[in-house]
Parts: sequence; C-alpha cells; structure tokens
Amino acid sequence: MTAFTSLSRAMLLGWFRDRSALFFSILFPLMFLVLFGGVFSDMGTSKMTVIQVGQVPLLEQSAAGLGDVLEIQKSDDPAAAREKVKEGDVVAAISQQGDALQVFYSAADQVRSGTVQGVLRQVVAQANAAGVPQRFTMSAQQVEDDSLKAIQYVTPGLLSWAVAMGAAFGAAATLVTWREKRILRRLRLAPVSLGSVVGARVGVSVVIALIQTAIFLGVASLPYFGLQLSAYWWMSIPLIIAGTLTFMAIGLVAGGLAKSAEAASGIANLIVLPMAFLSGSFIPLDAAPGWLQTLSNVFPLKHLNQGLLDVMVRGQSPLSALPELGIVLAFGLVISLIAMKVFRWDDV
Amino acid sequence: MGSTIIVNDLRKHYGQVRAVDGVSFSVEEGEFFGILGPNGAGKTTTLEIVEGLREADSGTVEVLGMRPWPRNAKLLTRIGVQLQATSFFERLTAREQIRTFASLYGVAHKKADEMLGQVGLEDKADTPAERLSGGQGQRLSIACALVHDPDIVFLDEPSAALDPQARRNLWDLLRQINDDGRTVVLTTHYMDEAESLCDRVAIMDDGRILELGAPATLVRGLEAVTRISLETGTLTVESAAELAGPGASVDDDGVSVTIGTDDPARVLTALAERNLLTGIQVRGATLEDVFLNLTGREYRA
Repeated sequence: MTAFTSLSRAMLLGWFRDRSALFFSILFPLMFLVLFGGVFSDMGTSKMTVIQVGQVPLLEQSAAGLGDVLEIQKSDDPAAAREKVKEGDVVAAISQQGDALQVFYSAADQVRSGTVQGVLRQVVAQANAAGVPQRFTMSAQQVEDDSLKAIQYVTPGLLSWAVAMGAAFGAAATLVTWREKRILRRLRLAPVSLGSVVGARVGVSVVIALIQTAIFLGVASLPYFGLQLSAYWWMSIPLIIAGTLTFMAIGLVAGGLAKSAEAASGIANLIVLPMAFLSGSFIPLDAAPGWLQTLSNVFPLKHLNQGLLDVMVRGQSPLSALPELGIVLAFGLVISLIAMKVFRWDDV
Repeated sequence: MGSTIIVNDLRKHYGQVRAVDGVSFSVEEGEFFGILGPNGAGKTTTLEIVEGLREADSGTVEVLGMRPWPRNAKLLTRIGVQLQATSFFERLTAREQIRTFASLYGVAHKKADEMLGQVGLEDKADTPAERLSGGQGQRLSIACALVHDPDIVFLDEPSAALDPQARRNLWDLLRQINDDGRTVVLTTHYMDEAESLCDRVAIMDDGRILELGAPATLVRGLEAVTRISLETGTLTVESAAELAGPGASVDDDGVSVTIGTDDPARVLTALAERNLLTGIQVRGATLEDVFLNLTGREYRA
C-alpha cells in the first residue's frame, strides 16, 4: 500500500467509527429531509377538496387535469358551501357567473387556499389563451414543481447543506485533532509527501460527500417522498465535488484559526449554519426581500444550491450549471489561499 | 565505530527565551545516550532540532552524515521517532495503527504484526489505541517508531506518567532495542531512568549542557555524602551523632534515622561493632546529587 492509500484508509475508518460524525453528516440532514420533505409531501399528495357551486364550465372543461390536484364536490347551495369552507372541511367554494369566476376561501389555511387560487388562476389563464390542449398539461406540471412537491426543492438544498457541513467539519476537526495529537508532526517525520497527506484527506472528503449524496437521493426517491430526478442529475456530481473542496477549505481556515477541536467545530458552525439559511438551503429565497437575494450571492453555498436545483430537479442542461460550478471553484481557490496563510503544523 | 550524531554549538531562542543556548555533543554508533534535565531545560527542543522538526537559529547538526533540516526524506527512513504525546490516528486499533505507519515506510503488514508481538501487544491488536493503558500506548508508540528498522531511535520522555511496573517493563524493552545494535537517544527528567539505561548522559539546565559523561563517572566525580539509614529506635539521634563523628549529619524522620557522611567506612564499622547492621540501607550519590552540585539547587522534575 502506498502512503496515499493507507492514509486514506486510516481516515475513512476513523470517520466510519465516529458515531457523532456519522450522525451529523448523514442522519441529522436526513432528519431535516424527513421533516421538510415528509410534512410537505403529505400536503402535496393529498388532494385538496373544493366545492363547485352550481355550474362552473371552466372547471368542467379542465377537470380531467385538475383531478390530480383537486377533488371537486358539487353543490347547489352557496350558503352551505361557504359554511363548509369556514369550518375547514373544504379548501374553497367556487362558482361562476358569466365570465367571472368567484372563489371563497378561508384565511385560516393560507397555504392550501393560496395553492388552490394559484391553480384556478392558471385555469383561467389557459381558458383565456384560447384552449390549446397541450398548454394545459404543461402548466399543470409547473404547478406541481413550484408549490406542491416540496421534496423537489428541499432535497438539493438540504443535500448541499449536508455536504458543506460534512466537508467543513471533517477538515476542521482533522486538522485540529491531528495537530493536537501531534499526528501532523509524526507524519512530517515519515518519508511522506505533504501532497499524499492533503490528497488523502481531500479524497476521503469527496468519498464521504458522494456517500451522503447517494443516501440522500436514495431516501428522497422513496415513494413516500417521491423525488423525481431530472435527466441531467448526474451533473450534480461535479457540483458536489466542487462544493466539497470549497467547504473543506473553509474548514481548514476554521481549523487553522482554532486552538481546540471544540473551537474549530464552533467556528465551522458559525460560518456554515447562517450561510445555509441565507443561501436558501432550508427555505426558498424566492420570497425573500430583494436585498437578501442579492446578498446571498456572496455565499458559495447559494451557488451550489442553485446549480444543484437546476440540474437535479429543474431539468436544465448540464452546460447551464457550468457558471455555478466555476463560481463555487473560484470561491474554493480564494479560501484555499487563506487556509494556506493560517495553516500551522504545530501548536507552538 | 564513528559518531552517528554530531551537534555543534546549537542555539535556538523564542523571543527573549533562550531554549537552547550553545549545545554541543556527539553520539556514537550503538550508544544509549540520554539527555537529562528538569522540564523546560531545553531537552525536547534540542531533540526536535536533531530530528529535523525545527530549524536551529545557529549551529550545525549532522545525523548519519546528513543534515536533518530542511526535511530530508532519505534521512527520515533511517531514524525512528517516538513523540512526547502518543500520536495515533483516531479510532484505529493497535494493529491498524502500526500497519498504517508501516505502509508510510513501504514496510509489509507481516513485519508490522511481528513488531507488535515484539513489544508484547499481540493480545491487544484489536483494541482501539485510545483504550490502551499508558504503558501499552507507549509500547505501541515505540513499535510504530521501530517498524521500519531505523538505525537511530529518538525517544522523548517515554516513561512520563507511567506507573512503576510499566516503567520497568518499558526499560527492559528499551535495553533490548539498544542491544539489537540501534543507537538510542532519549530525553528524560527521571534521574534513575538515565542512570539505569544510559551509556552516557548529558545533564541539561537552562538550555545548556552542564555535564556530560557516563552516569557512574559523573556520580563518582562528586564528593558527595553517602546516606546510611536504619530503623528509628535502634539508635538515638545523640548516639548516632557521636558514632558518626564531626562533619556528619543526622536526621530522624520518625521512620528511619539517616546519617549522611563522607566517611561511610568508619560509620559502618562502628555500626557493625554494635551489631546494628540488620535492615540497614546504604545509598551512594545519585545523578540527583550531581544536579544539586552543578546548579546549587534541588532537582525537581
């Protein structure tokens, strides 16, 4: 065995046997996936019941496609229908008079009523667009992506956060404990090149990130969560690798500044966690104020998120992710230079 | 037999502190060489410069005819280093540790497993290094330093924090390493360790070597007192003082009466005449006395 492979093996074994590392890089993010993806996917897949009051030709025209989303009950009593909405039995009551579609909804369930309104607005828009049949199916698809299937949004975001956290913590903890335990010095006294040591650590981090990705996509694709990967999802692999390198560099900076392993993971946390929020890993940034969306561009995680979303679920071409890939790598390069500045072999 | 290590006028300071202040010595091939001194004497810094971990401010070091600084991979394959802290990879078993270190030197696994047996750790092979006892950890650490069959072995305070039994076991191991023909350089703050193991010892304090030579020579060169102790009650302090004559010191700590004298023959004869030799203890000067004599202060490790 060469120095590179034996060092990689030693680090990988150390990682597999570290229960807390396993927890924080795999199970913890998965818990979020179950929480976010599970809660929202329940909401997404259960159909929303609406009441159609009297004749609503618009709904009947497009009822075939709407059947996936809405369960339509019929009634002739407007007052009784409104009462049902108030009580939360149904999401909305819909009636049509001439060309005007009237929707009654309850403010108590804003998310669902908002969704129904969105659906109906599209029905109207399509009707206005003079009824080309293909248009209907296309926009129904869009409805699903934007608001219904939370798992589609949640998976890339949580995955990028998990990878960022795993890489940053792994690098920071290794650097500090190896320095504290003098393994770095011991390695300096063995005929091993610095390249083998760094290379082994990078290799191990990339392997760990790919394991995270495989587990994440595996779980999210379970029928319960129902993640639908787009054709070019494989482009996420180079993105994940680039993200790993960048966040390893962040971890190395944290490890270079910190005096103890606890401080190193604290610093790494302080950097990664707020960044995850501000980069839209947990909550979509679409609804955030404009200044926040602008600010988010200074975070490498934002670009990793963006790239992953584009290729994994938005079905964009692999080429479209290249700018994001380049930006993530550029961040990595700059941070690596800083990491080299603060690197120390020894505590003294 | 030539010198394997030649150190000449080594200096290293950190800010105002002169950690190493003009140290010169040489170590012969196959020698067991000790650097002895209290904490902060500059032993470890000296050793680290010789190993090539630090750069000296001035002075020269030659190890096996090579300069250790800057990092010299050719030299690294011929020296084995056991560091002060037991530096192991996290969560690996004893066998995995030594195999990892072995492969860094291109040494086969079989050799690594043999080495584990040689330090008596076969039955601990599957134990994580974190769960080894202090003595076992040190032995594993030494095995890792020896796995590539180096010509020179550097040991930095190998017996620190070990219980007496573990220390004795470790000493046996170290003697065996030296008997195999390896040059051993050891730092220690234990006087008895240096006395018991080393062919020659350099006594260091404040970054300087105060004295260098075989432990017995250093002790013999000292006009130090011999301490004779016997059980309290067998002899009163007064009669002991009378018996020892002028210039001797008598001390009773409640357990034993100790007579310190520079004429032990006379005192022992007198005690023999009174038939008081049962349970008697006689201690000659130790390296501690040498240190006291050199620095004028009590040795504290």
